[in-house]
Amino acid sequence: MTTAIEVKAINKQFVLRHSRSIKEAFVWLIKGRKGDLSEKFHALKGVDLNVQQGETVALLGFNGSGKSTLLKHISGVMIPDSGTVRTRGRVAGLIEVGAGFHHDLSGRDNVFLNGAILGMTEDQINERFESIVDFAEIGQFIDTEVKFYSSGMYLRLAFSVAVHTDPEVFLVDEILAVGDEPFQKKCIAKIQELAAEGKTLVVVSHDLDLVSRICDRGVLLDHGEVRFDGPIRDAVAKMRGE
Amino acid sequence: MTQTNSELVRPGVSGGLADVVRARFLLKLLVRKELKVRYRGSVLGLLWSYVKPGVQFVVFYIALGVFLGLEQSPTNKSGLPNYAIYLFSGIVLINFFTEALGNASRSIVGNGGLIKKIYLPRQLFPVASVWVSAVHFFPQLVILLVACLFSGWHPSLLQLAAAVVGFVIVALLATGLGLLFGAANVYFRDSENFVDMLLMVATWASPVMYSWTMVADKLGETWFIVYQMNPITVAVETFHYAFWLPTTDGSAGIPPNLLSLWVPVALVVSALVLLWGQMTFRRLEGRFAQEL
Repeated sequence: MTTAIEVKAINKQFVLRHSRSIKEAFVWLIKGRKGDLSEKFHALKGVDLNVQQGETVALLGFNGSGKSTLLKHISGVMIPDSGTVRTRGRVAGLIEVGAGFHHDLSGRDNVFLNGAILGMTEDQINERFESIVDFAEIGQFIDTEVKFYSSGMYLRLAFSVAVHTDPEVFLVDEILAVGDEPFQKKCIAKIQELAAEGKTLVVVSHDLDLVSRICDRGVLLDHGEVRFDGPIRDAVAKMRGE
Repeated sequence: MTQTNSELVRPGVSGGLADVVRARFLLKLLVRKELKVRYRGSVLGLLWSYVKPGVQFVVFYIALGVFLGLEQSPTNKSGLPNYAIYLFSGIVLINFFTEALGNASRSIVGNGGLIKKIYLPRQLFPVASVWVSAVHFFPQLVILLVACLFSGWHPSLLQLAAAVVGFVIVALLATGLGLLFGAANVYFRDSENFVDMLLMVATWASPVMYSWTMVADKLGETWFIVYQMNPITVAVETFHYAFWLPTTDGSAGIPPNLLSLWVPVALVVSALVLLWGQMTFRRLEGRFAQEL
């Protein structure tokens, strides 16, 4: 087995409150630079995580525990203050629905734009276009501006583009909660199919039943620290309060 | 971003402007998106790209050329011949710079939703803004050329080449400053207001409305050198050299050493600004996602 994601002792601090007014900065300077101008918040504290190729991992934890922040570090959107993150192969993420969709463009234009944002080449998009539209069940609406789409159609198209990027590592952040029952089932089936193909999967979700069906391994985060790392059943049990 | 790696690599480490070249398909789509979205829901659509500079030109021409007497006429021998062409050739270039830098400075914050969620080369956004402005510049250039042809334009190859270089100077400068202020804008929203002010100054700090000889007479030699250090000034002068000078009898002339000294100087200054903008951008971009 080869490592797909290697996270070594990463720390991340966020600045909570900026004092950007000249007045405050001036007062701070006059007082002899006492105290810190801004409050800090420790989002990740020495997090270690090793994911092998083909593993399906769920990141669990309450709101503000650092799950999404960790996912953003894996995707490269954020850079850790200390420690290292390394990934192997192409990483694509469904991090919030329709990031990179533009309301005033048609579905077709958005497929191309979003596909390119997620790292597909022109040929790849052309080749998979039919399949993307079929999976999303958009049909004749593909040339309609997406602002006229229902939220379900919007989500289906976004999800469809993302699963067609064919990445080695797939990051999913709280997306499966939307969409109607049949489509949700279809998404889950698709994700399970990806997992069966040997893709690496990292899922953030509060839907514990769902993640127990998709993932084998659970990582429980609490206030930026890894509390538990092991089989999904045990992680879910711990999450539900021991 | 698009290649498959068999090695473990650190995500989110940017290769600077080289990434933009690698992601040119995405750049193309972003530019196309901007062009489509810009005039959505408006009746005139792309015509606004003609109407706005057209009105601006008429206002300046009447106020400066006629009222303030910059246009040469039988009663006003001291003015500039073909002032309309003189004015318009400068205005199109300044408009390009204004639009490019203004939009590039706002591009990072404007695309914050995307930058926060997905990793992609962020330099794409300022570069796309400059590109879009270049597309809008083109129809104005066509109008300028038509006006020139009606005024008996007979340029030499050297003059046309000078115009191309002038355009490149402005494009490099706008990209460099756009990267710089676009990145700074994430941390301090003062940046975009500062840019607005800078653009107002830039319009008047170059010989767009007036002639360079007025500046040279008032400032004296030393300060005129400082004036000429501004790449936009040099670029505007190359445009005058290419589009306006061949429509006159050539007696008005261009600043001394324009091609041999000032054009290379302006190219170097613009390139240095680009380098500076690029370095600053790369230093700041690591924290974009959390600051936006």
